[in-house]
Amino acid sequence: MINRIERRLTLTAGALCLGGIVLFVCLAAVALLAFDEPGSANDGVVFDAYVWRVARFTLLQASLSTVLSIVFAIPVARALARQAAFPGRVWIIRLMALPLGLPALVAALGLIGIWGRQGALNTALVAIGLDQPVSIYGLSGILVAHVFFNMPLAARLMLGGLERIPGEYWLAGANLGMRPLSIFRFIEWPVIRGLLPGIAGLIFMLCATSFTLVLTLGGGPAASTIEVAIYQALRFDFDPPRAIALSLLQISVTAALLVAIRLLTPAADEGHGGGRKVRRFDGRGGFGRAGDGLVIALAVLFLALPLGSVVSSGLRADLVKLAGDAMVQRALVTSIVIALISGLLCVVSASVMIRARQAALSSRRPTVLLRGLAVGIFASSSLVLLVPPVVLGAGWFLLLRPFGDVARFAPLLVILINTLMALPFVYRVLEPAMATHTARTAKLAVSLGLSGWYRLRLIDWPGLRRPLLMALSFACALSLGDLGAVALFGSQDMVTLPWLLYSRMAGYRSTDAAGLALFLGLVCLALTIAGTPRAGADDQRRKDVTA
Amino acid sequence: MRKAIIPFLAAAAAFTIAFSASAEDKVLTVYTYESFTSEWGPGAKVAEAFEKTCGCKVSYVSVADGVELLTRLKLEGASSKADIVLGLDTNLVSEAKATGFFAPHGIDTSAVKVPGGFTDDTFVPYDYGHFAVVYDTETMKEPPKSLKELVEGDPNQKIVIEDPRTSTPGLGLLLWMKSVYGDEAGAAWAKLKDRVLTVTPGWSEAYGLFTKGEAPMVLSYTTSPAYHMVAENTDRYQAAAFSEGHYIQIEVAGVTKAAKDPALAKDFLTFVTGPEFQSIIPTTNWMMPVAATKAPLPEAFGKLVTPEKTFLMSSDEVAANRKAWIDEWLAAMSKN
Repeated sequence: MINRIERRLTLTAGALCLGGIVLFVCLAAVALLAFDEPGSANDGVVFDAYVWRVARFTLLQASLSTVLSIVFAIPVARALARQAAFPGRVWIIRLMALPLGLPALVAALGLIGIWGRQGALNTALVAIGLDQPVSIYGLSGILVAHVFFNMPLAARLMLGGLERIPGEYWLAGANLGMRPLSIFRFIEWPVIRGLLPGIAGLIFMLCATSFTLVLTLGGGPAASTIEVAIYQALRFDFDPPRAIALSLLQISVTAALLVAIRLLTPAADEGHGGGRKVRRFDGRGGFGRAGDGLVIALAVLFLALPLGSVVSSGLRADLVKLAGDAMVQRALVTSIVIALISGLLCVVSASVMIRARQAALSSRRPTVLLRGLAVGIFASSSLVLLVPPVVLGAGWFLLLRPFGDVARFAPLLVILINTLMALPFVYRVLEPAMATHTARTAKLAVSLGLSGWYRLRLIDWPGLRRPLLMALSFACALSLGDLGAVALFGSQDMVTLPWLLYSRMAGYRSTDAAGLALFLGLVCLALTIAGTPRAGADDQRRKDVTA
Repeated sequence: MRKAIIPFLAAAAAFTIAFSASAEDKVLTVYTYESFTSEWGPGAKVAEAFEKTCGCKVSYVSVADGVELLTRLKLEGASSKADIVLGLDTNLVSEAKATGFFAPHGIDTSAVKVPGGFTDDTFVPYDYGHFAVVYDTETMKEPPKSLKELVEGDPNQKIVIEDPRTSTPGLGLLLWMKSVYGDEAGAAWAKLKDRVLTVTPGWSEAYGLFTKGEAPMVLSYTTSPAYHMVAENTDRYQAAAFSEGHYIQIEVAGVTKAAKDPALAKDFLTFVTGPEFQSIIPTTNWMMPVAATKAPLPEAFGKLVTPEKTFLMSSDEVAANRKAWIDEWLAAMSKN
């Protein structure tokens, strides 16, 4: 009886969240479409040759970026999973969440510090006698930047999956004398393969909507994404119908591709075990260790060098003076408050929706409504990233205009838009973890008669603490580094750290901006530390339980 | 779990209220761009000076840039609180007039002198700057002396430019090339393409790459070196004088039809062209004054490039041709 009520509550809550998201997006689009602009010069042609060229390039660069990010992430995740305990491992994993929180401009300048014409790489090449500098401007630059942002993301999501493999598998693998190739084929790959559609979809969307990185590193207008055209349509030409049409093009093209990815990959099978302590027996030989060490070292170099370049430019700023600046302090507080609220909101709504989707799918005879709910939750949590924040912002500006000063609603809107944009990340982190968790604990909870708050506290929280923290830190980092949403309403009443950073940059104060980038990085680091607790604490507790 | 959302919403709402400004009697609301009201921008000093004479309070609403300013006005429509809009540039003037939000200024602008001789019955110029190629004297010993030399010079000496689809300086260079090359502009862009390191979405990215040393040249303003000379005490970065002449950017202010106190708004426009305001502009907005200042400009401004010839297209011409010219630019710059 209790279970039926709870099930119904779960489904209702999920449906409410989904409805809220759909409404939030659609209302904005409708408001923009209905907007009658005085003196508009719209020739009605949307899909001209220019748009098709831009769409083609968007698909090309996003596909390449996705493939490269994933191909490089697999060995990194595998090496980190095999070498489960070495000094500094937790710091490497934390490092991998850092790029998420950096504004694109900061990351671009950091990457250029290494890969640019005057960067460390070219300086080194010149030192060994090569005089023709390697130029990254063009497709290669875009790919380097996208791999820098997304390879660590993919690796962390895969690592999460690999670490969920039950201990029995490794025991069996060791007993059977499996060689590394067989282990990869029979144990690791099936897990990674199950995660791939989600990860690939997320990365593809991130790269398809990339704007600053594509233009800055792309070398010329041949490298433009649909997002550039949307921005141009709305902010430079002020042509709302065109902006909406382009957004729809972006969503439909990407959705078609995501569906194709999903159809081409078989569903994952979840491993079951008795909760035995996970201990791997492979990768212990000198050769395996050396190989893993090399892979990890290369990944760390690739990640840490541009970040180091951001730090070293930051250290040149007068950090003490910056830290004492009232404006900087206010921006810091505003940014952190916004990041925490939207992060929490995002994690809560994502878990509600994931639970609702599980409940809908676990029904023995799912009705059309239930199936629709499951599909809707899945689709919205994926595709929402493709809705340009600039469209949401302008639409909601129009909707709120009759209710007085729109600037008053700005913080709320920024929080909601950030929440929405972080949803796909949080979903990717939580969904597989919650699926595994439910599969392993549902029967236990029922047999113990645990439900509601007690299950949440005694079963769900201990089991899902790590993925929840990781999801929260991802979501916070994302909205911390976000400029887009704030820029739409930005006024002197609401200053965030990225906004201040851009403002100093626009006022020639690039040293200050570099210092602020360092502050942003430090806050992100604090977030990832909180989001990636040391494994030690958990292991200790488990030992206590088994003892 | 659902219940947990409510405290967050409450927190968000409290947050919203905390940020809203309080109202006061006789307020002049000025819409402008963000760098005008930033800590070092002219905003605070301007407000202080005007408030001394008007017995009112100046309240700013700032958005990212001039283009965004116009978008904001269109979105707000008749409900806009703006009395004054300050920060559009001449390219946006016809589009701004087409909205029908602006009233003729009706003030005496005889003291205002801008190169190219821009006058308008709705918008009053308050500062200007010429676009220029700024170069790094440490890595570039022989800067181009003309746009032609820039186009035809060594492709290994790179320049960073801005995108005319997303930024004002980018549009400025587009119009500059058009003014000099006319129908040959497409061919000139195709040639310049090899020298272009990359095309950034805005000025900040381009200038950031330039000061990081990625390219010895960047498209900026003749006044950029003044900042480095005055604030950083270095003359490392200089603007190149081009023999054909330079394209100008003139920033203008206007009064809205909906202005609550039209007389007060007009006083502000008069103030904008007066010595008090004009003296604040050069070292805060890093642009040239359009009328007499109280004291001579800092020495650094005397060292700046002063173009012999100024290019300026009418905003009607720009509005009518912008799309075609951007298409021409896209075609030329996208060739391999």
